[in-house]
Amino acid sequence: MAKAKPVVILGGKVIDASSDRDGEFDILIDDGKIAAIEKPGVLKSKADADHIDATGQWVMPGCVDLHVHLREPGEEWKETIQTGAEAAALGGYTSICCMPNTKPANDSPEVTRFILEKAKAAGASRVLPIGAISMERKGKQLAPYHELAKAGCVAFSDDGDPVEDAGLMRRALEWCLMLGLPLSCHEEDRNLSCGGCMNESPLSLRLGLKGFPGVAEDVMIARDIELARFTKGKVHICHVSTARGVELIRRAKNDGINITCEVAPHHLLLNECCVETYDTSYKMMPPLKGDDDIAGLLDGLKDGTIDAIASDHAPHHADSKLVEFSRATVGILGLQTSLPLLMEMAAQGVISRTRMVDLLCSGPCRSFGLDYGTLKIGRDADVIVVDPARTWTFSSDEIRSKSKNSPFIGRTLTGQALHTFVGGRHVVSEGRLVSELENAVAANSK
Amino acid sequence: MVDHLLGIQGLSKSEIYRYLDTAHSFVEVSERDIKKVPTLRGKTIVNIFFEPSTRTLASFDIAGKRLSADTINVSIGSSSVKKGETLLDTVRTLESMKPDVLVMRHSESGAPHFAARCLSNTSVVNAGDGQHEHPTQALLDLLTMRQHFKGRGIEGLKIGYVGDVRHSRVARSSVWAHLALGNEVRLIGPKTLVPEDFARGTFGPGMVQVFDQLEPGLEGLDVVVALRMQLERQEEHFVPNLDEYSREYCISERLLSKVAPNSIVIHPGPMNRGTEITSDVADGPRSLIRQQVTNGVAVRMAVLYLLARSVQSLEEVAHG
Repeated sequence: MAKAKPVVILGGKVIDASSDRDGEFDILIDDGKIAAIEKPGVLKSKADADHIDATGQWVMPGCVDLHVHLREPGEEWKETIQTGAEAAALGGYTSICCMPNTKPANDSPEVTRFILEKAKAAGASRVLPIGAISMERKGKQLAPYHELAKAGCVAFSDDGDPVEDAGLMRRALEWCLMLGLPLSCHEEDRNLSCGGCMNESPLSLRLGLKGFPGVAEDVMIARDIELARFTKGKVHICHVSTARGVELIRRAKNDGINITCEVAPHHLLLNECCVETYDTSYKMMPPLKGDDDIAGLLDGLKDGTIDAIASDHAPHHADSKLVEFSRATVGILGLQTSLPLLMEMAAQGVISRTRMVDLLCSGPCRSFGLDYGTLKIGRDADVIVVDPARTWTFSSDEIRSKSKNSPFIGRTLTGQALHTFVGGRHVVSEGRLVSELENAVAANSK
Repeated sequence: MVDHLLGIQGLSKSEIYRYLDTAHSFVEVSERDIKKVPTLRGKTIVNIFFEPSTRTLASFDIAGKRLSADTINVSIGSSSVKKGETLLDTVRTLESMKPDVLVMRHSESGAPHFAARCLSNTSVVNAGDGQHEHPTQALLDLLTMRQHFKGRGIEGLKIGYVGDVRHSRVARSSVWAHLALGNEVRLIGPKTLVPEDFARGTFGPGMVQVFDQLEPGLEGLDVVVALRMQLERQEEHFVPNLDEYSREYCISERLLSKVAPNSIVIHPGPMNRGTEITSDVADGPRSLIRQQVTNGVAVRMAVLYLLARSVQSLEEVAHG
């Protein structure tokens, strides 16, 4: 393949938490890498390059999502690697880590390679597979971690289910320590959560819905902190949703334990009151929480306890939400809403702009030990150009995913990715997939 | 737009009295030799019960028939649900047959609310949804109390619910009603079945009082509501065993005559004698349990009448 033409992104406000940059710079992308970052003017004269005028726009590292469900193989009617990777690119994500709860589960190098081949063919954002902790995610037998890592897995998780067996968890941590890879943990004590479908609270009592108490998450976080302390293994806590969970992680970090964590935008922005009308689009796992837990999450966001925003992108067919609340599937799409929702929080002053970039880019990479999420010279050119002022309404027409399960449909969002470069490839241009634009051009010229 | 009766939460005092006043006028119908009025002739009522029930189903069926409506009972055993049909498809299929009222009992909280959202021309009556609400039971309890407290009325009362409040849809509906009437409400039982959260905000902060001991909870009550204690609660670790439960929380005549001598006692049924209530209370002079069942028919007649009639009057406006 011929070498792609260099690209210069001119006049944008460059925000990169990894290099503490927040100011006007021009960026040169060449041979798939960040080739230069200069004060405005220096790169302007570069004639053999495509120029993108980013005046008034933000230029950031591409976002990295540690927690998405792509449903392929096995449930392609909900999402495919293609549609998921495209939704990611449109949402400003250049790398997404896909959870292994597919059918079959990603517990073998064949599944890992299948995912990577599909992702390559999709030609959108980079897909980084997460392998299972246990065979078939059943919590009975360890997965072949070395083989999975060689095939391309970047972490291990049984997400969707907790690892109930503490002994198995201990051995998994010891094996993965040899690889230097983290275990991404869905924290839930099933004897405590007991089939609860919303947060246990005065409201769950009013609605007569089985409550999922926050302590069901907290006790498992506490267990895994102690196992990480004991084994020196690397634990990453998935979708933290309780104030107490954040506090436990804060203390563990102070103790020098090798632990990181993520929080999902919906746990920050939506209150448990949303389920008051039994609206299944607000049914999540862990369930949406009350004000006190949300305040605790926001504290963790501000003081750095929380390392990453992860969308927990969970596509579901509409039919599975059009049922009784207790029988509905859990989860929400996230790839196309996380960045604008975080930009909204930054605009409101909840977090700073650089902290926002840290949570979406460098923080996730720090958590999993990935080489992305930065604009450092010589690194893969994962770059997005974001219009911070663009106001748009999130509608089902905008959703690239195969499923449309999002309570944010109808919400006015501010901020959108206009350009997405994945390893220097121009995947999204002016808010549209380049592959589609090319198809449209080809169709017109016929 | 059609009216529904999905719960007591949100009803005003005057709406509650409207149901009770209407029910009062229907009590007399059931005492006649010919127990039938032509009020809902030509109306169709479907009683769809996704959960087994004897008294509520019978009560709704009799109520509809005494109003001359055509009633049909669909129960879980014979319905399409067993064949894998979704609730959405089931209620839409039934709606295609143009019933005026769908009376629904369901094991899942919020199921009638979901059905009501999916239907456009059929009134939905909640005949009990999971652990959420059971509005007609609350209304019949009120009607029973109103008959008893003829002189003083049913406002300014002290009322206590004893036992498994956590799993009781009857208690939830009744508490909303008593709060609308301005009554003092106490919830009495072990912490596992009557969690503090009830007082913290389930009905609004501080709207009800929670007691984990029976005697102080019963003290000075006008109305004692005994709730059904189920054997499953033992397996789910809510109580050690039913003996332990009944030693601490069984309502006895000895206790009532000591701390609430003027109280009346009701029970939404079915009763577990010796577990939550002793026979000397259940069968004694302060028990209104049999009247409750009689009043159930009148209350359900009132609910069906007010909902089915309101559709009719709207149509009259439209075509008149």
